[in-house]
Parts: sequence; structure tokens; C-alpha cells
Amino acid sequence: MAAISHRRAVDDPLWAKVLIVGVVMAFLALVLILPLAAVFVEALRKGLGPALEAVNNPDALAAVKLTLITAAISVPFNAVFGLCAAWAIAKYEFRGKALLITLIDLPFSVSPVVAGLIYVLIFGLQGWFGEYLVDNDIKVIFAVPGIVLATVFVTFPFVARELIPLMQEQGTSEEEAAVSMGASGLYTFWRVTAPNVRWGLMYGVLLCNARAMGEFGAVSVVSGHIRGLTNTMPLHVEILYNEYDFVGAFAVAALLCLLAVVTLVLKTALEVGAPGMRGRGGH
Amino acid sequence: MTITIRSVEKKFGRYPALNKVDLEIADGELLALLGPSGSGKTTLLRTIAGLEFPDAGQVLFDGEDVTFASAAARRVGFVFQQYALFKHMTVAKNIAFGLDVRKGKDRPSKGEIAQRVEDLLKLVELDGLGKRYPSQLSGGQRQRVALSRALAVQPSVLLLDEPFGALDATVRKSLRRELRRVHDATGVTTIFVTHDQEEALELADRVAILNKGEIEQIGTPDQVHDQPATAFVCGFVGEANCFEGQVNGGRFSAGALGLPASGVREGSATAYVRPHDFVLDDGGFEVRVDRAHVQGALTTVNATATDGRHIEISASRAEAALFQGTVKIAARKAHVYAA
Repeated sequence: MAAISHRRAVDDPLWAKVLIVGVVMAFLALVLILPLAAVFVEALRKGLGPALEAVNNPDALAAVKLTLITAAISVPFNAVFGLCAAWAIAKYEFRGKALLITLIDLPFSVSPVVAGLIYVLIFGLQGWFGEYLVDNDIKVIFAVPGIVLATVFVTFPFVARELIPLMQEQGTSEEEAAVSMGASGLYTFWRVTAPNVRWGLMYGVLLCNARAMGEFGAVSVVSGHIRGLTNTMPLHVEILYNEYDFVGAFAVAALLCLLAVVTLVLKTALEVGAPGMRGRGGH
Repeated sequence: MTITIRSVEKKFGRYPALNKVDLEIADGELLALLGPSGSGKTTLLRTIAGLEFPDAGQVLFDGEDVTFASAAARRVGFVFQQYALFKHMTVAKNIAFGLDVRKGKDRPSKGEIAQRVEDLLKLVELDGLGKRYPSQLSGGQRQRVALSRALAVQPSVLLLDEPFGALDATVRKSLRRELRRVHDATGVTTIFVTHDQEEALELADRVAILNKGEIEQIGTPDQVHDQPATAFVCGFVGEANCFEGQVNGGRFSAGALGLPASGVREGSATAYVRPHDFVLDDGGFEVRVDRAHVQGALTTVNATATDGRHIEISASRAEAALFQGTVKIAARKAHVYAA
């Protein structure tokens, strides 16, 4: 009797639950866990030594360094931009707001390759600013600035997307309360707004970082694939793979995976630390 | 603090929220801004607060022009409908915010702030809850915290936007008394916005009734209820039976209902009769009693006139017992307004 009385109207029968969970698990195992495991198995096929050697190679280290530099520049930039955009959209009324929201989503809808090509078109030798850049000896395409630009473009929706619904839900009355009690704009931001959005901001930054380190398409177009100079980790993996250096390719790929796993662990830690951050926030 | 509003206008896009509003609020007064949603009452309150700025007109505090002064410069205490408490701060920190934010010698010492927070918590009967977070409080408790936070800065005027709107009926009632008590204890000029006429009539010294961005009437609760200046006020404040009809030779008639209407322009008009103003009268018109139900000391009688019109009558229980089957009634008092 007890079991029946605890049954809720929306509860599915046991066989349905098992089936649904089973389907999800099988799918995840097939398309996620299996390939991920394969990366590590392939990397360690000839033992730990060759794998470590491949990662320790000067070109590989240069790629790691470039990837970290790219993320270190583009993530803070997009964090600031995303915060500004979310602030503008959630707290102000102005013409063209709908357009701004659409534009923020653009990098999600445009193919990364196209994004890369846009920068080649603008900053490349034959591009709009090509002559000016050559005359002044400024290198954008096939150099670090181009890679950073492409990464910024591809990753800029993450923080803004995370913050806009959060800030819209919170509205402006807490800020108004602070201002009416004599707080300055800056004081209000640090003491009222920032604490309210900090978990969402961190979450957005983590996602942004994961994508910044993993971006391939856009960066591939603008990089030029110069070993030790303009190769990021994903590009380096491709080069090694194309040269049939499977152990090397998978070793660097495994390193990239580890970075992703660290990001995911941090993300989960955030969710545990701030149980109210997703959806429930409210009053 | 005397507050004067001089022909204040405010538009949102093309929609006029306030249309040449004039209002004078006496020092120490408790005033209600009453009106339906969209009547401009919240806009007026926010204009007084310095959270909105008018397109035209003036706001004066004690004769001094503060039309474009910031909310902080006006020293207003504002209580928001949804409390707007700082979620990540304790109750004590919330209340102390307005004092913590001050700079230099304006800022009280830590001990003074703590003492002030203690006193305010006691004033709103929340002693001992200073270390809690807003999420650990009930709706009524949160609104009390919001009230004491607004009072912490010793505001020149206390402004409340639908302060009890989000609370259930019982809490609402006790908080109303609470606000009156706090107002009487501090003597601070207080203005609150509400769409609940019962709340406005019970709590306020004077009530200003707004409709479509204009003030229809300002007066004591008795005045606006018993001598409504316009048809809108009559229909909005208190219960009323509404009749559409004609005025001819100083008399209003709508179907079988006839009423004296001296001084009202000839032609189509609207009459309002309060439910308690209908009495049994052999010279009156005929209604059929459909249903009677008890409401405290009174009984509400639902009846239908011969022309099918529904009529609500309120009478003492003894009197209502006489309303059986078909009876004749008349209005002993009515408000008639030319259309």
C-alpha cells in the first residue's frame, strides 16, 4: 500500500524509467565515453614514455603556450564584453535591443570557418586593411593577433548568454534600492549587482574558456599552421595526425581532453557550491 | 517634510502616465495613492522618490525644488513591492546598507550602526533575526526588513510601492496596523501606493484617487467614500450598484428606478447606489430576492429588478430577514453623474 500511496501522477512505470535511462546511457557511452577512452588508449599505445615525449616536444609546448595565451586574452575580454552586453540588455531600454540580442547569437549560428574567413578578408594581404598593415609592418593574419581575434569572435556569446536571463530575472529594483540609499554607481555594482551575478559569470567564463582552448575551425583559417609560432593545440593535433604520428597526435589530444575535464570538474564544483544559480535563483 | 507636486507630466513613449498632476502632502501625513493598474500612481510615487524624472512640472520638498535631485539627495526611504532585499547580505547588513554607504564623518561608527539596526529590528518586531538571510524569512518578515532598511537612513519621507501586494490576507492586515504604528511612532511623512481601496481607507489620513494619469479626488477616507467627486471615484471606492439612465427635469430614471438628481445636467447619466443605501419602501420599485448570504454583522442580498437588472443590497441581519420573495425597495441616497 505504501508504495502505491507514494506514487505520483507523473511517475512512469519502472520498465519505462529503465528504458529511458538505458537509452541515454548507451548513447553517451557510444558517442562520448568510447571516443574519449580511445584518445587515451591511442596516446598510451606505445607506453607512457613516447606519449610524454610527444607532449614535451618544443612544437607541442609552443602550441600549449599559444593556446593558453589565446584563452588568457579572449576569456577576460569576453567576460567584460558579456557583462556589459547583459547589463545593457537587462537594465536599459533602447532602440535596437532586439538586434543586439540577435548579434550576440551570431557566432553560434555562423560556421567558424566563415568567421575565420571574415578576418582574412579584412586583415589579409588582399583584404581591406591589407596594404595599411603591410606598410606598417603589423601582422594580424597568420599571426597571434588573428588567432586571438578569431577566438574572441567564436566565444563571445558564452558569458553574455549566461548572464542575460539571470540579470533580466533579477530586474533593477535592488540597484534602485541601493541608489536610493545613497550608494554610487560603482559601489552599487560591486556590492549589489556583482554578488548577484557572480556564479552565472563564473559559469559563463568556464564555458567560454573551454571553447577558447578547443576552437579549431576559425583559428585554422587565420593561423597559417606555422609550427612553433601559430599552431594552437587543436591545430597541432591535426598536423601530427596528418603526418601519421598517431601517438603524438593522441598525446596532445589527451592533454586537451584533460584541460576540458578540469573545466568540467570546476563547473560541477560551481553548481554544487551555488545550488540556486540555475533557474531557482528568484526571491 | 511638506511635499508639493506642481503640474507634473510624464510620458512613456506616447503613453501619458501623469497628466498635469498637482498634489500637496502635509508634514507627518500618511497619504495613500489609490488607483487601478496603469493609473500612474506608481509613476507618481517614483517621481517623488527621484527614481523617475518628470517631463514637465516641479517636485518641491519643504518649498525647495528637488525635481531633478537624486533619490539619495532627497533622503527618501523607498520600500519596493517585491522587497528588493539584498539576497547575499544578512538582515542586519541589509538594514545597515544606507549607513554603511556613507563616507567620512557622515558615517556613524560601527557601534552606532549596530545599535540603530538593533532598534529598528525591535521597532518592526524582528529582534534576534539580524543574522538571518532574506531567503530564510517569510514574506511578511521580508517586508518588515525592507521597511526598517528604508527607515534606517532617517528619511525625510517614506515611500512604499504596493507594500502589501505580495502577501496573503492575514499578514497583510497585521502589516497594515504595523505600518500605521511605525508611522505614528516616527512621525515621518509617508506615501504609499495601493490598488486596494480597503487598504487605503483603513490606513491613510488622506487618499488621492488616480485614474488615467490624473487625480480624480483627494480627501479623507470618509470624504472619498461618502462624497465621491466623480463617477470614477464612486465606482472605484466602496461597493456600488451602477445604473445607466437619463436625467429629465431634475430626476434620474433608469427603468423602474427613479432618483432625485437636482443640479445634474439633462441627458444621459450614470447613477451609483451603495448596497447599504437601498431600503424597503412601498413607494419604491419591485425586485425579486434571489439569494442572501451573511457577511459578518451584515447580510448581502442579491436581487433582480423587473427589467432583469441585478441589484446588490446590504442590510443588518434583522432587516435582511424582511427581504423575502418579491419586495419593493428605494434608494435613500444616490450619486448621479452626467455622462
